[in-house]
Amino acid sequence: MGLAKRIIPCLDVDNGRVVKGVNFVDIRDAGDPVEIAARYNREGADEITFLDITASSDNRDTIVHVVEAVASQVFIPLTVGGGIRKPEDVRRMLNAGADKVGINTAAVFNPELVRECTDYFGSQCIVVAIDAKRVNEPGEPDRWEVFTHGGRKRTGIDAVEWAEKMAQYGAGELLVTSMDRDGTKIGFDLGLTKAITERVNIPLIASGGVGNLQHLADGVLQGGADAVLAASIFHFGEYTVGEAKQFMAAQGIEMRL
Amino acid sequence: MQKIAIIDYNMGNLHSVERAVSHAAGGQATVAITSDPDMIMQADRVVFPGQGAARDCMRELETRGMAEVVREVIQTKPFLGICMGMQVLMQHSEENNGIECLGVYGGNVRYFGNVHQEIGVRLKIPQMGWNQVWQQMEHPLWKGIKDGARFYFVHSYYVEPLTPDLIAGSTDYGISYASAIARDNVFAIQAHPEKSADDGLKLLENFVNWDA
Repeated sequence: MGLAKRIIPCLDVDNGRVVKGVNFVDIRDAGDPVEIAARYNREGADEITFLDITASSDNRDTIVHVVEAVASQVFIPLTVGGGIRKPEDVRRMLNAGADKVGINTAAVFNPELVRECTDYFGSQCIVVAIDAKRVNEPGEPDRWEVFTHGGRKRTGIDAVEWAEKMAQYGAGELLVTSMDRDGTKIGFDLGLTKAITERVNIPLIASGGVGNLQHLADGVLQGGADAVLAASIFHFGEYTVGEAKQFMAAQGIEMRL
Repeated sequence: MQKIAIIDYNMGNLHSVERAVSHAAGGQATVAITSDPDMIMQADRVVFPGQGAARDCMRELETRGMAEVVREVIQTKPFLGICMGMQVLMQHSEENNGIECLGVYGGNVRYFGNVHQEIGVRLKIPQMGWNQVWQQMEHPLWKGIKDGARFYFVHSYYVEPLTPDLIAGSTDYGISYASAIARDNVFAIQAHPEKSADDGLKLLENFVNWDA
């Protein structure tokens, strides 16, 4: 026995509340972040990720308060992403009680930011988030590109090469989201996670597309992910984290039960 | 009320450690993050956390005059080292092309990557996540924690003590390595008890109550 695969519920936080959009529209209020984080902790979540989706920078402080409130009651690793642009943002989140900070768009525009942050704060707390979209034509070899701005802007950067570069820059972990699958509930883009995990020797969190428990298991067994992230299947009570863990363990995946 | 000092040398997740120790103490202790040698010397118990690179840890300890304070309090008070706070107790680390550490115990700090290459396995580095700790000795800090309980780890280097009798817990990641060490009034663990849910809080509570 050894290191367990992880299940990470993701909480989209807007103005201090957990919300979840279905296909990016029809945003539903899913509740108070402290209550939800405590529930996931009781159910055995291995980590919790907050995604700050607050559009207005005026309200950025609310995520700091959310992290503080959760960190004083929930003693498992917390990751915060969204709107991280400079080392000072990373420091604020770490001081508030985050253990890891996700950098996404800012890394694409300024890769040195990743090197600077990992040098200063340590690789263990810098997660590089990659939003990738399949760009090859049917019949061509698989190819994914990095997109920014919630999947709207194409960068021309090859996602696998980008993942390798971010590992070289000191990232401690990669959060890889398939923009093709995000919100679809038809499962991870397993080809994407596999292509990256075969080439990059840092842990990979698969994200985007989970609709049922088999999708989580497939992310590990076929996609080679070290951790799987999901939001809506947990928020609205379709499945508990505990059920997901039992399901994955029954397929021979090592889990913390 | 007893006083617990968390040594501040500008490395790592001090606030997480403070929150968890305070929670575990349940109001029976005052917990302070401090770099004041007097406060550390006057504390009843000392927690020595740490994250990041060995080079930076040792540099911060030396420039802040903390190395001497650590060497002194480790002789006398219940002392808990966490993560890098365990590694720098050894003599030497392979990190940053070789770093001399505090040398409280004989032994080295080795890179998983070199060892995995030697034995021909491919495992991700850092080890990140929940792994099992197999208890190698009876110890008050293991009270109420099952053998093989899972703790949260994040590290690329591990401790290889010179004498096996120092090993309080072991964990498998390609190889079996020392994930906790203990002697007299000192206990140190590679995992993060402050982030290891109920078992982590139990270990911290045991430390708060440890009559060493």
